[in-house]
Amino acid sequence: MLAPLHSTNTSQAPVTHFADDRCCLSIDRFSLAYAGKTALRDLTLSVPRHRVTAFIGPSGCGKSTLLRAINRLHDLNESVAHSGHIALEGHDIHDPQMNVTELRRRVGMVFQTPNPFPMSIYENVAFGLRLQQRLPKRKRDDIIEWALTSAALWDEVKDRLHRSAWQLSGGQQQRLVIARTLAVQPDVLLLDEPASALDPISTLKIEELIRNLKSQLTLVLVTHNMQQAARVSDYTAFLHQGELVEYGPTDQVFTNPRLQRTENYITGRVT
Amino acid sequence: MNDRSASASSRRLHFDWLNSLWPWLCAASVALSLLMLGALLTLLVVRGLGHFWPANLEQVTLNSGETFAGQTVREVALPQQEGDERLYFTGNQDIDGARWRWVAIEEIAERSHPVDLIRLERTPWGDFIGRLAAIEQADQRWEGEAAWRHLTTLLALPINQRPDSQLLLSTANGQTLRLPLTNVLSAQAPNAMAWWQKTHAWGEGVWRFLSEGPRAANTGGGVWPAIFGTVLMVILMSVMVTPFGVLAAIYLNEIAHQGRLTRFVRIGVRNLAGVPSIVYGVFGLGVFVYGIGGSIDEWFFSDTLPSPTFGTGGLLWASLTLALLTLPVVIVATEEGLARIPEAQREGAVALGATRLEMLTRIVLPMAAPAMLTGVILAIARAAGEVAPLMLVGVAKLAPQMPVDGEFPYLHLERKFMHLGYHLFDTAFHGEDVQAAIPLVYATALLLVLIVLVLNLTAIFLRHYLRRQRGSEC
Repeated sequence: MLAPLHSTNTSQAPVTHFADDRCCLSIDRFSLAYAGKTALRDLTLSVPRHRVTAFIGPSGCGKSTLLRAINRLHDLNESVAHSGHIALEGHDIHDPQMNVTELRRRVGMVFQTPNPFPMSIYENVAFGLRLQQRLPKRKRDDIIEWALTSAALWDEVKDRLHRSAWQLSGGQQQRLVIARTLAVQPDVLLLDEPASALDPISTLKIEELIRNLKSQLTLVLVTHNMQQAARVSDYTAFLHQGELVEYGPTDQVFTNPRLQRTENYITGRVT
Repeated sequence: MNDRSASASSRRLHFDWLNSLWPWLCAASVALSLLMLGALLTLLVVRGLGHFWPANLEQVTLNSGETFAGQTVREVALPQQEGDERLYFTGNQDIDGARWRWVAIEEIAERSHPVDLIRLERTPWGDFIGRLAAIEQADQRWEGEAAWRHLTTLLALPINQRPDSQLLLSTANGQTLRLPLTNVLSAQAPNAMAWWQKTHAWGEGVWRFLSEGPRAANTGGGVWPAIFGTVLMVILMSVMVTPFGVLAAIYLNEIAHQGRLTRFVRIGVRNLAGVPSIVYGVFGLGVFVYGIGGSIDEWFFSDTLPSPTFGTGGLLWASLTLALLTLPVVIVATEEGLARIPEAQREGAVALGATRLEMLTRIVLPMAAPAMLTGVILAIARAAGEVAPLMLVGVAKLAPQMPVDGEFPYLHLERKFMHLGYHLFDTAFHGEDVQAAIPLVYATALLLVLIVLVLNLTAIFLRHYLRRQRGSEC
C-alpha cells in the first residue's frame, strides 16, 4: 500500500520529492492538535533513505512533536488528535493493521536527556532484544557488542558491562541510549536534540556517530543548533509555527535559502 | 524620596534581632523534640529493663523491733509530714497478706544485706523473700549452704524430671513454711551474686519475659503470646493490604483518566488515612464480624450455633480491619513512588517497542519498588501499634489457645489472639496489683517501640539495598 504524495501541494514551500525507491518516510498533509490546539498544520515532506534529515526551527515550532508523531509516541496522550498520513516505507503507520510496538522497534527514538534504565549497561542494551525474542546468550552477547561498537561506546565500557548505566557520563549515557536503540535493528533513528544536554566534546562524538550511522539507517535529527544541522545533515526542513517553511538539501537551505523567513532565522535575525 | 528609603531601612533595622534569632529558634525546637524523645526512650529503658535486674534484698529492722525483708522500690515524701517513706516489695502474700509495704524512713532502725536472703518465684502466691532452711527429699535432708546448692541443681533440671521435694523456708521475722518444689519456678540469692552473675540473671529475666506466657492475671510472667499474636496479625494484614494497595495505586496513577473523578478519589483516599481508627473497628465489628462472620456461621457452622465460630472477633477479622485501616497509607506511598518516575523512562521503554504492560512490569514497578516497600512498612508500623479497633474485632485479654498450633488446619483464623498494645492497656488498668504491673507496662511499651523500630530499620535497609542495586552495582 503506497501513500500517494501530493505533488500539487498548494503550500508556498517547495517540497523536495523523492522517488519511492529513495523515500523512507513520507509525511502527507499531516496535522496534529493537542487538546484542540493545533501544533502541526498540513505538513507534507518526505525523508530520504540513508540520509540525515534535520528539522530546525524556533522553540514551539512543532519539530519535536513531528518527530514523536513518527513513532506514535503521542498514542500515550489521549488529548492528541491528528489527520493526514505518515508512511514508513509506503505503509501508513496509523493503519489499524500496523502493530505499534513493531513500528516503534523499526523507528527508534533518542531523547533530549539521556534516559538509560536503572540497570546494568548490558541489560540496557539487552532490554529491547528481550522484548522481541528469546535469543541464546551467545547470540545476544554478539548483538550487544555490535550495537555498542556501532555507537562508539564499546571500548569505553567493555570492562564494566555489568555496572550500572547511571555511572556513565552524560555523553556516554547518550551513546548507550543510541546503542540500546540500534540493538533492535531499526530502519529509522529519530534523534530529538540528542546533544543539547552534552558538553562540546561529547557533542562532537555524537555528531560523528550520526554521520557514521547513515550507512546503516535513515536518521532524522531535531536540533536547535544551526551549525550542528549544517555539519551533519544532508537535508534540512525549517518549521515555523507548526508549518513547513522550507525544505531542501542542507547546502542550499543554509547558503541560498529561497525564502526571507528562512534566511532571517538561519542568520539569527528575529522573525 | 530620601525620607521614604530611610524609613524603610529603619523599619528593617528594627527587625534585625529576628534575623540573628530565627536559626536559634529552629535549633531550639529541634533540641526540645530530641530531648523529649530521649526522655521517653530513657524512661522506658530504665524502668522497663531495670525491672529484670536482680536488686539486692534488704533486711530491715524497725524501731518497734519488727523485722522484715524486701527489695527497695522507691521513696516518696510523706503526705503532710516531714520526711520520706519508702516502698518495699516484700512478697510472701500467703503469710503477710500483702506483697508491698510502705515504711517511714524515720521508723527504720537498721538495714542490712545478709547474703543468705533468697527470692523464690513461685506459683501460686507470687514471690517469696526469706531464707532457705533445708530441703527434704524422701528421707534425705540438706541444710544451709548445701540446701541452696542442691536447690540450684534441682532447678536446672527440666520441670518433669525434678524429684518430689519439700523446701523448708523461714521469713525474716522467723515464720516458717513448707513449699513443694513443684511450686517453685526460679530462685535467686541476689546479695551473694557478683555483678557478672547478676548480668547473667538479668539476661535470663529478659529472655523469660520475651519467651513465656503471662501469669497471675497479666501481672507476672512474659508476653510471648502477645508478641506472637501481634506479629502474626501484622503479617496477615500485610499480605492482604499489599496487593490491593499497589494495584489501586497503579490504576490511579497509570491507567485512570486524570480527570476530576480521579482527583476526587485521590482526595478521598488521603482523607481515609485520617479517619480515627476506632471507626474502622466499628465497621469491622458490624460488617466483618456480625455481617460476614455471622453468615459464615449460618452456612458452615450451624451445628455449633448459637456459640459463634466466625461470628465473633478473631484473627481474620482483626487483620482485615487493620488492612482496611492501612490501605490508604500503601496507596498514597505507592502512588507517590510511581509519580516520581521520570516520563523519560516510560517513553524510553515504549520507544523501544515495549507494550504498556512490559513498560510497567520491567521499568516502572522495579523503580517504584522502594516506595511500595516504604508504604507497606509504614502500614506495618501503624498496624503494630493500633489498639482501639482491635478491642472490637478480636483481641483478647488472655487467649486460651495460640492461633497457630499442631492441629489441622494449623492456622486458626477464627481464634482470638493477644496483642502487645492491648496487653499493655490491660496490664496497666485492669490488673489487681498495680505496683507489680508498673514495670511490666514499661517493659511492654519498650518492646512495642523496639518492634516498630526494627520494622522501620528493616525497611530502610531494604530500600537502601534496592537503591544500591540499581544505582551502583547491578
